[in-house]
Amino acid sequence: MSNALLEVHNLSVDFHTARGTVHAVRHVSWSVNRGETLAILGESGSGKSVSANAVMNILDRPPAQIVSGEIFYDGQDLLKVSYETHRALNGKKIAMIFQDPLSHLNPVYTVGWQIVEMMTAHGRPADAARARALELIARVGIPDPEAALHKYPHQFSGGQRQRLMIAMALMLKPDILIADEPTTALDVTIQAEVLALLKELQAETGMGLVLITHDLGVVAEIADRVVVMSKGEIVEAGTPRGVYHNAQHPYTRQLIGAAPGKGEIRVLDSAEPVLLETRKLCKTYGKFTALHDVSLTLHRGQSLAVVGESGSGKSTLARAILRLEKADSGEALWKGRDLIAMKPGELLGVRREIQMVFQDPTQSLNPRMSVYQLISEGWDIHRLMPDRAARQAKVAALLEQVGLAPEHAQRYPHQFSGGQRQRIAIARALALEPELIICDEAVSALDVSIQAQVIALLDDLRKRLGISFLFIAHDLGVVRDFADTVIVMKSGEIVERGPTGDIFAAPQHPYTQRLLAANLDPDPDIQAQRRSAGMGP
Amino acid sequence: MFKLIGQRAIASLLSLLGLMVLVFFLSRLTGDPAVLFLPIDATEEMKANFRALHGLDAPLLEQFARYVLDLLQFDFGESLRKARPAIDVVMEAYAWTLPLALITLSLVIVAAIVLGSLAAFNVGGFFDRLVSIVSLIGASAPDFWIAIVAIVIFAINLGWLPTSGVGTPLHWVLPVAVLFIRPFGLIVQVVRGSMLSALSAAYVKTARAKGVKNLPIIFVHTLRNAMLPVITVIGDQAAAMLNGAVIVETIFGFPGIGKLMIDSILQRDFNVVLAAIMVTAIAIFIMNILIDIAYGVLDPRIRN
Repeated sequence: MSNALLEVHNLSVDFHTARGTVHAVRHVSWSVNRGETLAILGESGSGKSVSANAVMNILDRPPAQIVSGEIFYDGQDLLKVSYETHRALNGKKIAMIFQDPLSHLNPVYTVGWQIVEMMTAHGRPADAARARALELIARVGIPDPEAALHKYPHQFSGGQRQRLMIAMALMLKPDILIADEPTTALDVTIQAEVLALLKELQAETGMGLVLITHDLGVVAEIADRVVVMSKGEIVEAGTPRGVYHNAQHPYTRQLIGAAPGKGEIRVLDSAEPVLLETRKLCKTYGKFTALHDVSLTLHRGQSLAVVGESGSGKSTLARAILRLEKADSGEALWKGRDLIAMKPGELLGVRREIQMVFQDPTQSLNPRMSVYQLISEGWDIHRLMPDRAARQAKVAALLEQVGLAPEHAQRYPHQFSGGQRQRIAIARALALEPELIICDEAVSALDVSIQAQVIALLDDLRKRLGISFLFIAHDLGVVRDFADTVIVMKSGEIVERGPTGDIFAAPQHPYTQRLLAANLDPDPDIQAQRRSAGMGP
Repeated sequence: MFKLIGQRAIASLLSLLGLMVLVFFLSRLTGDPAVLFLPIDATEEMKANFRALHGLDAPLLEQFARYVLDLLQFDFGESLRKARPAIDVVMEAYAWTLPLALITLSLVIVAAIVLGSLAAFNVGGFFDRLVSIVSLIGASAPDFWIAIVAIVIFAINLGWLPTSGVGTPLHWVLPVAVLFIRPFGLIVQVVRGSMLSALSAAYVKTARAKGVKNLPIIFVHTLRNAMLPVITVIGDQAAAMLNGAVIVETIFGFPGIGKLMIDSILQRDFNVVLAAIMVTAIAIFIMNILIDIAYGVLDPRIRN
């Protein structure tokens, strides 16, 4: 036992599944002190959340089984205390907030009720709880706290919901706050605000903060110490600066190397002919303007990035070009012919030339179709390649092209990892030999190292096959690495456009400047410079 | 929400109207009531008189038009067998069926929700298995068989309860118990399944991290989220009960709407059949609106 406020010591947890036992974490030790921020950094499947869930006693047991270790808090081992003792500590002494506050808040109760419950569940009177809730809702920056009490989670924005979760967690002034990917689902500017809020509240209350994240930028911005997890083990520990500049373990180096935003910036070769041109595209949903006078040109072989935050209209733009959604007015000229005015028969032919890769391959690939069926379906639709043997050969070739093996053709999507599934989605798009691929947040759901691989694959396809890309993304690092031209959208309008180098070096529009300032750099020194220069959050 | 309920009410009224038309013409196709009611050796004159007395000699469309006009004044005509207004006969029977349905349904809902929720929380445990086995038997055993076995054991062999009829509260025990079994078996399984998926939801994790005790986690945080599919099945079962439990009412000699309907169909007492169908249809339509309201009360996202 040491003097740390909370100490996890030599913790090992197994998961017993139908396919056998998985060692989720092995011999993991970390600790956090009062007023300190510890970041647990890792990619999906690294076991970064497991130890925190063990601290909160919210591991599902079974399948989880704690094999060894101790968790010391306030002189007692939390793994040995009674259920009731542990329950009484949860929320009161150690509180937790989660990724995706929409699903972590109960949809059928008002946020007021849920926040007040944090105190009433620990025996405090309801009127005192209500007063404290009003105070905290105001403190986390929600306008009109009195009205907010009576609203339901779905009536708030994503950033507001996370603020409300934070308010709820702080109701009983806990010693420790565990935040599991608290900003992952949020836009960059909102992420910056939420991280700043967490820092302020930590300074006010002196609580220890354990922040679980996959994002080096978040670590650079907020952490005092960091532990890096891979395959259930801690492979590296130290200060963010030390780890970033002096990583010892190959995995940490690979992770840092994969962080986007450091490659050479690409320059457009504008001698190529124009492939796609939109003129004053407009689309409204009731009173909401999704697109307003959006005009852009895309050359053959170009990679044009559309950046913007949620609700900026970037996905609607893609859907309008593909005619998945009918634009209210304007033109979208594909090789000079207007896609918006095209008849269904004519459109079918063009559909082969423009393909789309969606954000979440788990949802965009039909789980009941084999990889072979998924890739070859387009040939059925467009009546191409009638010969079965030729199809099998082509599917095998496509799988190799995206870095998978020909024998994967007979498997089903659930048998693959997230990154592999996105490769399948790309192979499916490539099967029809398209001239333009629209990527709608195609790498956002992937881990950084996988993300880097997929980006490299797309870039290779662009070079070798001359495919153009309309690349919709919110992650500026990825955009900087992949695009030669950038369009910035806000509230359905293009506010700035230009070559990638110019946009990143000298953004003109205040919104672009804010977006770039809020984008976290993985280098702690750069983040520190930005903070002192007042550019950061 | 109010707009939604208004739309549902209008749609229900239209289907009531359609039902009325359908039932009237279909029941007239089953045969001539004059032939059925009068003795076999009745003369043609007697039959003609009978038809004239009950308006059965007019053209079918005229009979229907008169019928609709009467209906608008809630007049379903006379019962051919009992020589009393059909609606009175029906309401009398309904006064027995309605409490039988409501008592049984309330017991079913409370028992199924409590036991199904606890089974889901305790998934794979002894209690869960016990509830699963009992509910499976309940959902699959034929109710006429259970009714007869129950009479043999509790009324004849043990003599604790009356065999049939109505009059004392004890007369209600066996009909309620037998009617309870099948819907309970069905609903408890739906509750268990729905609770199982709701208990793995992210907000349950939040509640546990807040230090909320188990009972409120089950019955406050999770149950309300799990109720929507349950409500749908409850509505389905309630509709069956409001139609009257034909077999159970017959076996226990319980003078409810199910028994009345079967008797009236066999005796071609059209007016009573029609009145009974319209009354049960209205009851079911009111219950559907209650269920729509329940959806809105339970889930704020449905309200707008």
